[in-house]
Amino acid sequence: MLARFLGRRLLQLVPVLLGVSLIVFLTMHLTPGDPIEHMLGQAGRVTPEQIAELRSHYGLDRPLATQYWLFLRHAASGDLGISYSHQGRPVAEVVAERLPATLELTLFAFVLALAFAIPAGIFAALRPQGLFDRLGTVGALVGISLPGFWLGIVLMITFGLRLHWLPISGRIDLGLAPRTITGMNLVDAALTGDAPAFWSALRHLILPGITMAAPMAAMVMRMLRSSMIGVLEKEYVQFARAKGLPETEVVGKHALRNALIPTVNIVALQTGLLLSGNMIIETVFQYPGLGKLAVDAIAAADYPLVQAVVLIYATSYVLLNLGADVLHVVLDPTVRTAAT
Amino acid sequence: MPEALTDDQIVETTAATTPGMFAVLLRNRVAVAAGLVVLAFVAVSVLAPWLAPFDPNLQHPDAIRLPPVWQSGGRAEFLLGTDALGRDLLSRILYGAKVSIGLGVMVVLLTMVVGTGLGMIAGYFGGWFDAAMSRLVDVLLAFPFLIFALAIMAATGPNLTALVLALAFKGWVDFYRVARGDVLSARHADYVTAARGVGAGTAHLLLREILPNIVPPIIVLATLRMATIIISEASLSFLGIGVPPSIPAWGTMVSDGRGDIATAWWIATFPGLAILFLVLAVNLLGEGLRDALDPRMRL
Repeated sequence: MLARFLGRRLLQLVPVLLGVSLIVFLTMHLTPGDPIEHMLGQAGRVTPEQIAELRSHYGLDRPLATQYWLFLRHAASGDLGISYSHQGRPVAEVVAERLPATLELTLFAFVLALAFAIPAGIFAALRPQGLFDRLGTVGALVGISLPGFWLGIVLMITFGLRLHWLPISGRIDLGLAPRTITGMNLVDAALTGDAPAFWSALRHLILPGITMAAPMAAMVMRMLRSSMIGVLEKEYVQFARAKGLPETEVVGKHALRNALIPTVNIVALQTGLLLSGNMIIETVFQYPGLGKLAVDAIAAADYPLVQAVVLIYATSYVLLNLGADVLHVVLDPTVRTAAT
Repeated sequence: MPEALTDDQIVETTAATTPGMFAVLLRNRVAVAAGLVVLAFVAVSVLAPWLAPFDPNLQHPDAIRLPPVWQSGGRAEFLLGTDALGRDLLSRILYGAKVSIGLGVMVVLLTMVVGTGLGMIAGYFGGWFDAAMSRLVDVLLAFPFLIFALAIMAATGPNLTALVLALAFKGWVDFYRVARGDVLSARHADYVTAARGVGAGTAHLLLREILPNIVPPIIVLATLRMATIIISEASLSFLGIGVPPSIPAWGTMVSDGRGDIATAWWIATFPGLAILFLVLAVNLLGEGLRDALDPRMRL
C-alpha cells in the first residue's frame, strides 16, 4: 500500500521537473546576456569565425527546441553538459564537488533548528502565556522577521571580529582538511579520527549554521507550540494524566507524537526554504557550496551550470515534500487509509 | 447539545466581514501598535526629503566612515554615522524606506490581483482551466524562487521593472490557492444560490456576491506576504542585483557595509535594523489581522 503511494508520488515528480527545467531553460536563453561574450570577456582579439566556432561547439547555434531536447536527453542519462565558466569541466563534476559542503551545512542547520525548536516548543506549550512562552513568542517572531544576510553579518561582527570566538568564512582552517571520503568535513574527520579537523570544521559551521537555522527554528517552534497546546487539551491526554502517568510520559509520549504530525509538514517546507536560502548565506560567509556556485554561475551566464543547480534545488524540494507526506502517513494512521 | 455561542464564535461571526475584522483588530493592543509603526514607516517613506538632514547620495569627503554620534569620533550632524563614501547613514535609511515599502506594496497588489482573479476563475469554473492551473502551481511551488529571480536580474541588470516581475513571479500562487479554495466552498453557499435564483449573472456573482466574502483572508495574506517581499527585495539588493545602485535601498546599504565590518560596524548594522523593525511590525500586524479574522488560526 505504502509502496503504491510512493510510486504514484514519484511519478508525479516527472511533470514538475519537466516544467521547472522548461522555465529555467527559456529564461536563461530568452533573456539578454551571451555566454560566449562572457567567456571571451578577457580573451582580447577574437575573430567572428572563432565566436561562431565556439557557438557551434557548445550547440548554441541550434534552434531552441533542439537545444532543449538535447539537454533533456543528456540529463536523463546523467550528463548535465559542460560548464562554460569552469574551464569546460563537466557540470556534474563541478556540482558533485560542491554538493557535500552544502549538504553538510544544511544538515547542520537542520539539526540545530530542531534541537532548539522542539524542546522550546514543548516548554512554551506547557505553560501558555507563561514567561518562557512570552519570550519564545517574541523570539520566534523576530526569528522570522530577520533578514538572513544581515543576521549573518551581525553574527560575524559580534562573534568573529569582536569576541574572536569563531571564524567568519570558509569551511575549515588552511591545511587541516581531512582525507576526503564523503566530502563532508565533519563526517570525514570523525571517520578518520582527525580531531583538529573536526573542531575546525565544526567551528566554521556554527555561524552560518545559526544564520540558516534561525527562521526554521522559529517557524517549527511556533507550529509545535500551537499544536501541542491543542493536543494537551484532548481527552486522551487528560485520561493519561488521570491514570496517574508521570507528566514527562504524558507529554513526551502521548502528546508529542500527535503534536508532531502537523509539524512534519512545516519542517519539510522549511527545509526546502533552508536550501533556497543557502545562496545568500553561503555568499555572506564565503562558504564554498552549491549556493555560492549558483550565484557565481548566474553572474557568468553559465547556462548549463545554472540549469543543473536549479534542477537539484527543485528535485530536493519535491523529494522533501514527498518525505513529509510519507512521514505523515507513518505517524498518523488515520491518513494511511485515505492516502493509499 | 445546544449551547450558547462562545466568545470566539461571536468574534468570528463579526470578524468574517472586512469592517468586522478591523473592529476586532482594534481591540488588540500589540497589533494596533504594530500598525502605527507600519504607518510611521510609510510616513517616513513619503516625507524622507523633508525629514532627512542630507541628500542621501551627498558625499562628505571630510567625514568618511564616521561612527554614530554616541561613539568617540562621532559628529552631531551625522547621528548614525557615515559610510565609506561619507554619505549620511540616517538620511540614506530614511530614503531607503521608499524602496522597501513602495516595491512591497506594488508587488503585493500585483500578485494579489493576479492570484485572486485566477483563483476565483479556477474555483468557480473548474474544468480544464483549473486542471492546467494546478499543474502550473505544482511546478512553481517546487521552483527555487531566489535563484530564478537571480537569473532574471542578472540577465537584465538591476532595474525596477524586472525586480517587480521577479518578485511577483511566484507570489501570486498563495493568493490563487486561498481564493480558489474559498470560491470552491462559496460556490454552493446559500447566498450564492439565492442570487443565482433571482437571475444574477456570473460576473455579478463573482464580483458582487463572492468577492466581498473572500476579501478578509486575502487582506491577511497580503499583509503577511508584504513582510516576505520586503525581505526578498532586500536580499536581491544585497546580492547587488536588485535595486539600481543610485537609489538608496536597505539591502544595498548592508552590502555596502560588508567590506567595512571590521572597522565600521554601523554601516551594515543600521540599515538591517530598519529592515528588521519594518518586517517585524508588518508581521505583527498581519498576525493581528489573522487572529481577528479567525482566532482558531492563531499560532
